[in-house]
Amino acid sequence: MKLVTAIIKPFKLDEVREALSGIGVQGITVTEVKGFGRQKGHTELYRGAEYVVDFLPKVKIEAAVADDQVERVIEAIEVGARTGKIGDGKIFVYDLEQVVRIRTGETGAQAL
Amino acid sequence: MKKLFASLALGLSLCLCTAAFAQTAPAAPAKTEAKAEAVPATAPAAAPAAAPAAAEATAAPVLVPNKGDTAWMMVSTVLVIMMVVPGLALFYGGLVRSKNMLSVLMQVMVTFSLITVLWFIYGYSLAFTEGNAYIGGLDRLFMKGIWDNAAGTFANAATFSKGVVIPEVTFAGFQATFAGITCALIVGAFAERIKFSAVLLFMTLWFTFSYLPIAHMVWFWMGPDAYTAKEVVDEMNNKAGMIWQWGMLDFAGGTVVHINAAVAGLVGAFMVGKRVGYGREAMTPHSLTLTMVGASLLWVGWFGFNAGSALEANGFAALAFVNTLLATAAAVLAWCVGEALMRGKASMLGAASGAVAGLVAITPAAGNVGIGGALVIGVVAGFACLWGVNGLKKMLGADDSLDVFGVHGVGGIVGALLTGVFNSPSLGGPGFVADWVTAGMVTAADFSVAAQVWTQAKAVLVTIVWSGVVSLVSFKLVDLTVGLRVTEEEEREGLDISAHGETAYHG
Repeated sequence: MKLVTAIIKPFKLDEVREALSGIGVQGITVTEVKGFGRQKGHTELYRGAEYVVDFLPKVKIEAAVADDQVERVIEAIEVGARTGKIGDGKIFVYDLEQVVRIRTGETGAQAL
Repeated sequence: MKKLFASLALGLSLCLCTAAFAQTAPAAPAKTEAKAEAVPATAPAAAPAAAPAAAEATAAPVLVPNKGDTAWMMVSTVLVIMMVVPGLALFYGGLVRSKNMLSVLMQVMVTFSLITVLWFIYGYSLAFTEGNAYIGGLDRLFMKGIWDNAAGTFANAATFSKGVVIPEVTFAGFQATFAGITCALIVGAFAERIKFSAVLLFMTLWFTFSYLPIAHMVWFWMGPDAYTAKEVVDEMNNKAGMIWQWGMLDFAGGTVVHINAAVAGLVGAFMVGKRVGYGREAMTPHSLTLTMVGASLLWVGWFGFNAGSALEANGFAALAFVNTLLATAAAVLAWCVGEALMRGKASMLGAASGAVAGLVAITPAAGNVGIGGALVIGVVAGFACLWGVNGLKKMLGADDSLDVFGVHGVGGIVGALLTGVFNSPSLGGPGFVADWVTAGMVTAADFSVAAQVWTQAKAVLVTIVWSGVVSLVSFKLVDLTVGLRVTEEEEREGLDISAHGETAYHG
């Protein structure tokens, strides 16, 4: 089992969600985050005080998937989130040790 | 045990205050107490003076308050209250970080409440009764004499027209809001780091020793009805406040309110010290939306502040009204243009600040300048205050968190000086009353812009020095007793939690 984490541009969330539903991923967790990579921030000015804001708003998607699904999930996210401009984001894949469905107590692949 | 004793002491003093208020005044003769305001200017700020007793004016008719004027004054009072709560509170509140939002709202609301109470105990008396050139007397301590229960009559306050009066208590109420907002303005300078108890203690001292004397000096006079004949002119003039006697024109409080408060704020910013992390950490406004709401409430309410200072619903109130509209709009535009030229973009905060700058600058000028003059004052104030919060702020080097001096100080000074220019009949101004016996206005030929501007400048200087010294001493006293600042941990945590045990926003 793997935990696929992706940082994407916020307005791409709907496309990514649809793409993932399309390949059978039934649940994801979404968090609003901020961060930066090569995409530059902006400058804010309040009366005389200037602030350089490096952080940009992003969205983090996490999905727990079976090993044989990982390649398709990565492809779906890439296609859904890509704009071709700097700041599109990154995908990270973590090894997932255990999964439990709280309602029923199922574990492992059955809980995905 | 200490808390019980303190509670008992507080309760006892409250009872005594109530008892004093309940005292009926000794049977007030049917004298009309005319409270007059301000300087020979056509309609400077209100400063009623107790009219000579009816015993002297044997031929004086019993004056009855004008209903239209009284209604207008009550509406104006309500508008000024709205300026403070929630206008100023939100304007300031939106500018600070969310962890300090409630502390700013508290400091504004509670300061206003404190000053209102003190005003009706001793403030009104010391500002607007006969005393000497610097301060009034105790004739109206606890507002005694304001009505006569037995005869069923209320004392009257003079306006700027002979034979026209409003109830004195209406005037006192209007002026109470001025005292309150002046003190509330100051909190912006040391927001996000001052101790709550320090604010209240400082306000009590500063209100007593700076606001009251300056209000008396600038605005107190004997009223138009006291000027019955040429022979009494000198005598009546000598009973007025010192700055009034100089002939300084301050319609609604450029000196008394804005410069006074601004200097206190600047001194406070120096003495309380900079915020932790100032210059390194981001201290961005948490809600410019609320700041804009606050600025809008200030603009709307300011019509009561300026036009109400005419004390009548007459042509001068109408002039003050329109000037307040035009100067502010001009200042908004000026600030936006200035900012766009300086940084490439006009900002919401800039537009809101521009509005306040224009309002401050037109305050001494509202009923004292023509419409063209108001336009110029607005434009100049917009640019001047933009410099005040940028260049001047860097030069001064203090952490004046919400730019109290940059806007109210610079704007007040600009407005006060330009009032001396645009009051001139040759420049579209109404001029001032040169002879209160006949209510005759100064002629264009006799008006000297240089002389009037010099008079304005003298008043500005006196206000700056007086407020500066009183503030310095008051802050020092407060520092030595309760301490000025919260601890660094409390400042980092945010004053909402550390001082008030609350959060403004959850999640």
